[in-house]
Amino acid sequence: MSEPEQFKIPFGPQHPALKEPESFSIALRGEKILGVDIRLGYNHRGIEKACEERTFIQDIYLIERICGICSHVHSTAYVQGVEEIAGLEVPKRALYIRSLIGELERIHSHLLWLGVAGHEIGFDTLLMYSWRDREVVMDILTLLTGNRVNYGINTIGGVRRDITPEMAKEVLTSVDKLEERTKYYIEVATQETTIINRLSGVGMLSKEDALRLGAVGPTGRASDIPRDIRKDDPYAAYAELDFNVCTDKRCDVYGRTVVRLLELMESYKIIRQILANLPEGAISVRAPRRIPAGEAVSRYEAPRGECMHYIKANGTDKPERVKVRAPTLANVQSVKQMLKDRYLADMPIVVAAIDPCFSCTDRMIEVNNLDNGESKVLDWESLHNYSIDWYKKQGIDFSRMKKREIA
Amino acid sequence: MSSLFYILVFPGFLFLSFFALWVEYLDRKIYARLQNRIGPPWFQPTADFIKLLAKEDLIPRDANPTFFILAPILALTAAVTAFLYIPIWGPVSLFSFTGDVIVILYLLTIPTLCFFIGGWYSTSLYCRLGAVRTVTQLFAYEVPLLMGILSPAILANTWSLSEMVSFYSQHPWYWLINLIGFVVALVAVHGKLEKTPFDIPEAETEIVAGGFTEYSGRLLAFFRLTIDIEMIVAGALLAVVFLPFGLHSGPVIGFIGFVFKVLFMVVLFSLARTVFARLRIDQMISFCWKYLVPLALLQLLINLVLKGIIKL
Repeated sequence: MSEPEQFKIPFGPQHPALKEPESFSIALRGEKILGVDIRLGYNHRGIEKACEERTFIQDIYLIERICGICSHVHSTAYVQGVEEIAGLEVPKRALYIRSLIGELERIHSHLLWLGVAGHEIGFDTLLMYSWRDREVVMDILTLLTGNRVNYGINTIGGVRRDITPEMAKEVLTSVDKLEERTKYYIEVATQETTIINRLSGVGMLSKEDALRLGAVGPTGRASDIPRDIRKDDPYAAYAELDFNVCTDKRCDVYGRTVVRLLELMESYKIIRQILANLPEGAISVRAPRRIPAGEAVSRYEAPRGECMHYIKANGTDKPERVKVRAPTLANVQSVKQMLKDRYLADMPIVVAAIDPCFSCTDRMIEVNNLDNGESKVLDWESLHNYSIDWYKKQGIDFSRMKKREIA
Repeated sequence: MSSLFYILVFPGFLFLSFFALWVEYLDRKIYARLQNRIGPPWFQPTADFIKLLAKEDLIPRDANPTFFILAPILALTAAVTAFLYIPIWGPVSLFSFTGDVIVILYLLTIPTLCFFIGGWYSTSLYCRLGAVRTVTQLFAYEVPLLMGILSPAILANTWSLSEMVSFYSQHPWYWLINLIGFVVALVAVHGKLEKTPFDIPEAETEIVAGGFTEYSGRLLAFFRLTIDIEMIVAGALLAVVFLPFGLHSGPVIGFIGFVFKVLFMVVLFSLARTVFARLRIDQMISFCWKYLVPLALLQLLINLVLKGIIKL
């Protein structure tokens, strides 16, 4: 019998397992994966360019909308950078509140991930349970900030809303409830046979590979790399808080699940500490409209890993450059390594195990024409002409409208 | 005339369709309640079915239209036909003859093969992968299922369901001997019905809808009805073979007993769906051959010893 032919199966840009458009082209022989080709860039939204057109204050709200899950991550990272350039001394109470919201967001993100992971391995009960419990933390976030996501609590120089003692009490009762549920999930994950069968040994990423490919966050920590920005380069109130960096030696998807579940327990610990030691005082300082020239790199430990913002100011009220590196960009290359010699059935869970957030990651660099293999960089002028041509074909003529001048 | 009524109305196509759709509702409702959801209203599966009937049938350009259309119709026919050979309210089925156990198992294999043919001739990649998985799975569960169901027949020394029923009603406690076979057959039936943890051929997050990906409209409705009817046929078959009591107490009690036995199976299916994750195809096959087949062989051995040496 001759060797069976290999064939390519598209996994995205549209696929039930993917919540956002991204293309994985999988070369298969039977059920076995021979290779994976990853293409980013389906979700470019031009947020970095848009930031340069708005003032520093407006940018907070734009940046917050990079991600629908870790919105606080991006706004905090951005605000920290701007404060560094402006040399602002942020009040302690504001830093504690930022950390509190950050940890609540981590809880909501990890519970969400747990549900998605359950769904990817065909275990919908876990999805329904963990998302039900996630509502508890969503309610708390609504209570504290007024919103379920995109909290809008950060501002340059502090936070916009204070926490009253009644709110703190409410948070503590909810945290107790969540802790109890999380203990139950840890029990489920360590005892349910089908879960262990589906997760252990899948998506192996050795410590060396993880270091070489630059894996961050729970993906790296599950490969026994104790790297956590909250510990390594403390921001907000983390320098004064006591918590452990959870690592695991299993290096597989099961390890990543365990790390995330243990991180939940750490988050509860952190929240209790924050609420017990919340300093008194103002929650913000006055920030200037024009930020002096300078540049800053700000790092933040998002639920998915290290998130980095680079901000350059030129003395006006608008930034000259804002660059966002979301954690998924650092992790997505390791997927290729994880899928080596695995089965097609492992594909969804391995991709999900890095907790991908593709639309946060996507940046357009060049346009590839898949038909003839050409690639080119579109500048502002050609992009403008392209849009006019496109609308002309739809029967709308924009060519007589005045073009906006871009410096 | 009366056999036409049997085939088309009761207990044939019409009754079976409504019962199957209602059982699907029950399955979904129990599943939802176990997951702390509200679940669908009672008419939801019927409404889905009617809606699908009203939709356009799309046949992919590269698909083979003959097989693409024939597969769901054949599958539905085979599943409904199988039901006519199962005793429901009394000890004798409508069209009973010697060897009907084997025929039912054959008829139950036809829908699976139709899923394969339909998926294969859709020619899309997801369909083909799903189709291949369907057949791969068939090789894993079919052997333990057959052995599990044939062991009680060996004990009763007959290949006819009706004679099996009368044998077990003469010896009312003998069904306890077949408990291992019951467990084996129940697990194997999960594979046949493509229920979690063996829903590998239609694993949504991997291959979209497997062999059904390209199906739409009426043809998809037929396939879905087939799966529901298969669930009832398989449940009824297991009930008659392994829980053969109450069939000699008149048609009303017999029929109520049948409904309750089928519902019991459905509750078991929903429970399994709630507490298990989906296995990988290689794990599923090794599970079937490593654990189910030896267990089925053990049951066969027990029954052979009881029959041949102890002469029950």
